[in-house]
This record gives sequence, structure tokens and C-alpha cells, in this order.
Amino acid sequence: MTVYREVQTWRRQIHGSLVIFKKNALLYYLKPPVLIFGVLFPAFFFLAFKMGRSIAAENVVPSMVAMALWFTASAVGPLVTPWERRAKTYERLISTPVSLRAILAGDILSGLVFGTCLSVVPVLLGIALTDASVASAPLLIAGIVLGALSFSSLGVLLAAPPASSPPNIMLLSNLVRLPLLFISGIFVPIGQMPVWAQWIAPLSPLSYASALIRSGFGHYTFFPIWLSLLMLVLFTVVLYLASCKFHTMWLSRGL
Amino acid sequence: MEVAIEVQNMTRKYGDLVAVDHVGFKVYQGEIFGFLGPNGAGKTTTIRMLTGVIDPTEGSATIQSHDIRKESLLSRAHISVVPEEANVYVDLSVWQNLMLMAELHYVTRDQRVHEAGRLLEILGLTERKQQKARELSKGLRQRLMLCAALVTGPEILFLDEPTSGLDVESARLIRQIVTDLNQKGLTVFLTTHNMSEASEMCSRVAIINKGRIAAIDAPEKLRLIISSRQYVEVHFADTAPDHIELESLSDVLQIDSNKQSFRLYTNVPGRVATEVVRLSDRRGMEIVHLSTGKPSLEDVFLHFTSEREEGGSR
Repeated sequence: MTVYREVQTWRRQIHGSLVIFKKNALLYYLKPPVLIFGVLFPAFFFLAFKMGRSIAAENVVPSMVAMALWFTASAVGPLVTPWERRAKTYERLISTPVSLRAILAGDILSGLVFGTCLSVVPVLLGIALTDASVASAPLLIAGIVLGALSFSSLGVLLAAPPASSPPNIMLLSNLVRLPLLFISGIFVPIGQMPVWAQWIAPLSPLSYASALIRSGFGHYTFFPIWLSLLMLVLFTVVLYLASCKFHTMWLSRGL
Repeated sequence: MEVAIEVQNMTRKYGDLVAVDHVGFKVYQGEIFGFLGPNGAGKTTTIRMLTGVIDPTEGSATIQSHDIRKESLLSRAHISVVPEEANVYVDLSVWQNLMLMAELHYVTRDQRVHEAGRLLEILGLTERKQQKARELSKGLRQRLMLCAALVTGPEILFLDEPTSGLDVESARLIRQIVTDLNQKGLTVFLTTHNMSEASEMCSRVAIINKGRIAAIDAPEKLRLIISSRQYVEVHFADTAPDHIELESLSDVLQIDSNKQSFRLYTNVPGRVATEVVRLSDRRGMEIVHLSTGKPSLEDVFLHFTSEREEGGSR
């Protein structure tokens, strides 16, 4: 009986997460902050990175994919909770029989799907317009999916501070996302970065996602594949648990 | 009677501020329970604790026998909420708003489609089904909020100031629907500033002041507690006795006057009314209007809330 009840509870919470995902997709995917920080940002960064440099286009593709994934997957999370607080829909949402954990899982899922879908664009453009080719599809997919999962979890964690103003949280999220971009081997391979930067690089989930995506395109990577897979799973779990803790802690202050 | 909500010693502190201070009460199945109090008294905090939005600092409460902390999801499965400062999803259509809330409550597809259609009809929103919620007026949005709360098929409905700031038609419609549903067995926990609304709708009310329960009973019985606020109202035609003359009548406790009209507060309104008639006969004065009255719920409310403030009793 207890097992049956547990299964029922899990089913309902998973269902709740999927409903939250559907709501987020309907409401937030096309919001200006998501499009600006999730789509335009990586496009401009790519142009700034590529223009005027004599780098073979196919070598840029893995970086472009990783960067697009980084911005898109982590763009939804920071927006949802502050937006809901400001729109006064948050209190009703958390009084439904869907736990805060399930709500946050739904938010992470929203970032995962958004990031994964949009990262297909640079992958296809890269393959179609340059000499880049996929050497290992499973590694590329693992890099994109696990990367999106951990980046999205980071985005949801960044939404925890009790601010009802989305721009404040977007600012905070960029304060975290932009520095990590530069130490994760996107613009300069980790092996060629200064020693101090090589020490910091393992602290960023983007370093590992970038490594897997590079492997997917048959490029050399600084981290072994097993470590990248493990670290992305670890980052996702830690960031999700931290999100649950901080969202709960600051819940009443954000109402 | 079966208990729907039971609260014991529930307390909520924000740092040094005690927002709700060891409150305790029961709400029975099928009643409309009014929760009254001035601004900042702890009404919304109490609702937020009962609906699982925030945790109590101390004490406990059950909803349909489920502990709100240990079995939070089960307790929330029985309720629906219309919070005071809440809104619908303005970028979703009326229909999408309803489906979203129903899906979050795990209502089956057939049932949610059927219920949503029925409720939209009752609340006069059928023609606006495909409209974005941002295009609705405040009154219509509040109707949609109620609709979204009811489409989940709750056993207990929490309403936090549901008619505050609404037009007369929407307020009346919401009151009517809540009363009708209550007659079919829905338990309602209602906070309101509107005393006539509470008096008209609630079978029992609790008055909360500075985080503590000051009184709980049926509105009628609460009125009896302050029997000294019963009164005789009299309006004289051309000439009226002076204030001192009326005050000297036996059993008159206090007088409010306005030109030819007087309100005489007393414990025995019948006797004072007779005295007033005798006085007017003796003096040859004509009485245009004479009536007796009981204290309103508003008088009861003011009695309990101002008493605590004057006494500073916490």
C-alpha cells in the first residue's frame, strides 16, 4: 500500500513537472529577455570571436555549439520565478499539489528542451556550411543533453534570490555566465590557457560540456570523456539540490 | 460534525515579528468560515500557512486529517486558493488558464474539459474562452481566478478578499456562486474586510487581531457578546428633547445625535423605547421614526480589535 502510494506520488509529481514545462514553453520561450540573452548574445559573441581571425571555420563549430547551448539552456531558468513573482502568479502555483522540487524540475526541463532544440541550429549550420563533421554522435548528443541539463540547473539556481524584478536576476545571471564563458575553453583551448585559468576551468560545467561536444566533432579535449560525463551529472545534481534549498529558503521573502 | 481544518497553536515569526501568534480553531465540513481582522492582523499569513506556501514556525494544522507539513502534498490536493494578491496568467487564454490549474491538480482530461465548460457558463465567461486573460477587466479576471480554483474540484476553498475592489455585479455573482457551492457541500475559508459580506455568508467567524484570535463564534452570537451596543433610534419632527434629557433616561448608556435624530445605546432597547415614547407624550413632541437595533458585525469587529489596541494586550 505504501509502495503504491509512493508510486502514485512520483507519477503525479512527474506529471506536475511536465505541466510546468508546458506552461513555461508557452509563456517564456518567446519573452524578450530569453531571446536577447539566449539567442542574440551567443550570435554576437560568435561574430566577435570569429571576425578578423584566421581560424578554420570547422574548428569554430564546436565552440559555437557549446556557447549557444550555454546561453540558451541557462536563459529560461533565471526568468521564470522572478517573472511569476512579479506577475503575482507564483503563490497560487506553489499552493497546488505539485511540490517545489517538481516545479523546479519542470523549470530545468524547460531550459533543457530550449537549449537542446536551439543548439541543433549551429550544429546543422556548421555541418552544412563548413568542413566540420560529426565523429561521434553519441558523444555530441551526450554533451548537448547533459550540458543543457547542468546549465539549465544553474539558471534555475540563479533565480532563487527573492527579487521580483526579472532584469535584476538576468543581471546576476550574466555576472555568473560571462566570466565562466572565458575560463571554459570556448575561445582558447583549456590546454593553452594560463595556468591559473587551467585551475579554475574545472569549476565550470561549460568546460566539460565543451569537451564532450569537441569529442563529438572529433577534436582533442583537455578532460577525459568519462570525467566530463561524470562531472556534468554531478553538476546537475548539486545545482538542482542547491536550487531546492535556496528556493525553499527564500520562498516567503519573494512573495 | 466532521472537521475539515484543524489548527493548533500555529505561529509564524519573521525575525522578531510575530505575525501569527499561537492561533487555534476548527473549521467544519460544509461551513463558510469567516476570518476577519484589520490589515496586518495575520489573515494572509494564516492562509499561506494552511495552503502550504509557507511553513509555520510552531504549532500544527491538518486539512482533511492530513498534516500540512508532514503530508503537504496530500493536504494541498483537497484545496484550492484564490489569494488576495494574485493574478491569472495574462499571456494565456481563459481556457488555457483553466486547463493549466486543472492539470496541476491532476484532473482527468474529460473531467477538466467538462467542468471548465460548465464553470465558464456559470461565471459568464464562455464567450471569452479564447481571449487572452490580459484583455479581461479586474472583475472578469477575479471570476476567472475563482473558475480556475473551482475547476480543480476542491473540497475546501480558500478565498482571500475575493470581492475586494470589484464592481457590484462581479462581487454579487462571486458571493452567489460561493454560497451555492457551499450548499452543495463545499467548505469555504473566507477572509474579508466587508462585514456585511461576512455577516451574510458565514456560519461562523473568527476575529484575528495582532496575530491572535480575539473571538470565534456565529455572527449572531458574537453580536450578543456586546449587548451594550444594542440601540434605540429615534427621529423627532420639529422639536426634540435636548441631549441631557435623553441621557437621563434610565438604562441609556451612551447617545449619538444628529439634529433631530438620536441613537441611544442600551442593554434593554425595548424598555428605553417605551421611555422615549413616554417622554415625547409628556412634552407633546412628535416622533417620526422609532426603531431598535442590534450591533452589527462591524461593531463586534471594532469592539474586539480596538479593545486590544487600547489595552495593548498581547
